[in-house]
Amino acid sequence: MAMIEVNDLHKWYGDFHVLKGINESVEQGEVLVICGPSGSGKSTFIRCINRLEEYQKGTIMFDGRDIHAPEVNINTLRSEIGIVFQQFNLYPHLTVLKNVTLAPVKVKGMDKKAADELGLQLLHRVGIHDQAHKYPAELSGGQQQRVAIARGLAMEPKVMLFDEPTSALDPEMINEVLNVMKDLAREGKTMLCVTHEMGFAREVADRVIFMDYGEVIEQNTPSEFFKNPQHERSQQFLKEIL
Amino acid sequence: MSYWDVAPEHWGLIWDNLDYFLWGAAKFTDQFPYVENLGGLAASIVLAVLGILGAFWLGLGAGLMRISRNRFAKYTSIVYIEAIRGTPLLMLIFWFFFLAPILMGQTLPAFHSTLIAFIVFTSAYIGEIVRAGVNALPRGQMEAARGSGLSHVQAMRYVILPQALRNMIPSFVNQFVSLTKDTSLAYIIGVNELMRTAVQVDNRETKISFEIYITIAILYFVVCYVLTSYSRRLEKKLSRYQARDR
Repeated sequence: MAMIEVNDLHKWYGDFHVLKGINESVEQGEVLVICGPSGSGKSTFIRCINRLEEYQKGTIMFDGRDIHAPEVNINTLRSEIGIVFQQFNLYPHLTVLKNVTLAPVKVKGMDKKAADELGLQLLHRVGIHDQAHKYPAELSGGQQQRVAIARGLAMEPKVMLFDEPTSALDPEMINEVLNVMKDLAREGKTMLCVTHEMGFAREVADRVIFMDYGEVIEQNTPSEFFKNPQHERSQQFLKEIL
Repeated sequence: MSYWDVAPEHWGLIWDNLDYFLWGAAKFTDQFPYVENLGGLAASIVLAVLGILGAFWLGLGAGLMRISRNRFAKYTSIVYIEAIRGTPLLMLIFWFFFLAPILMGQTLPAFHSTLIAFIVFTSAYIGEIVRAGVNALPRGQMEAARGSGLSHVQAMRYVILPQALRNMIPSFVNQFVSLTKDTSLAYIIGVNELMRTAVQVDNRETKISFEIYITIAILYFVVCYVLTSYSRRLEKKLSRYQARDR
């Protein structure tokens, strides 16, 4: 059974039809890259998966459960799906370590010492354990995004969502974030990444889907997709970003 | 005869009455609240401090209800805030003063009924400050918190409010300064605060009105200035923790 199973997903913002029937399934351990021009609905799509966006039609099954079923606790569901945002969204009033441990302590009721240990271990994994007691504003963009990834991992989620994680970064900081993401991918984490980083897609993605105007227009393995895009709009898009 | 001939005598009288301006006819006792007949500036400050403490909690409640998705809570709060903001403080002071005997069958001391009026009045403004402060935070803060599995209440408690309340400090101080000055209205129903002590001394001495009102103006100013400068220092200290991204 697939980890995530999306069936005929539709979303409207008022009259604007943002998602026009997405069908997608993501296996455990799969790394899916979602690309497409801005406004194509790719961020909206992955934000539907942890219900940060509500949708009006269709179903999303996560780990065998319909995420919209009344018996599904939204907070439990979200704690099983980590998300990393374009703007990092770290909590500026908490230290780096507290940013990572807040959810384990408050949601899972983990004791503070165990949470600190877990936090430091995760920060070590993303390479910033020596900054654990600083505040987010004292870190560079790349470091902040790596903290955000550690925060996302702290709940030991089954799936990680990445919503353009490198788009707000200065070019020289992109790689440090991508490297962390590549490590995760190689460790077998199930990941959905909205990104235009084609190097990343080539190296670790199992599949690339291309979205435009709220639809999935094309999907393929990364090597095929980049070498030999089928659709006119994907050809156009690739020409522009490469 | 120029003013400078009478100035020493007039200011001497001010000096003689200064203790009355500062704390009225206060006497220490061994029973809670350990002081009686507190008046003057001290009474004004006590009114303002108790008023702002009460108004903070009531206003926080009103503000959170104002942004709640529960329609009953939201509309209750809107009616409260708009009704209070549309009525003069002096009228509220009268209102609670004359309402107490009807509601409770006995008069409430003027000090207590004014305090209630101050709390009810100021918390409507605090409610609006809270609403604006919460709404001004980047939306991503709530999304990140909810996205990690925190409930709405937890996200508010641990992520949104700690930041929002810090950002609200200048507005809170603004309200506090306003309230400190507005305590002078309590004079009308007989609370023996700074304004009333001034009027009393003026009635007794008759010829030093000018010096009396200069003196209490300075006293009000000093208190408010201390407040605003403390707030400026606090803001500077806390600014480094603010979310900069939208």
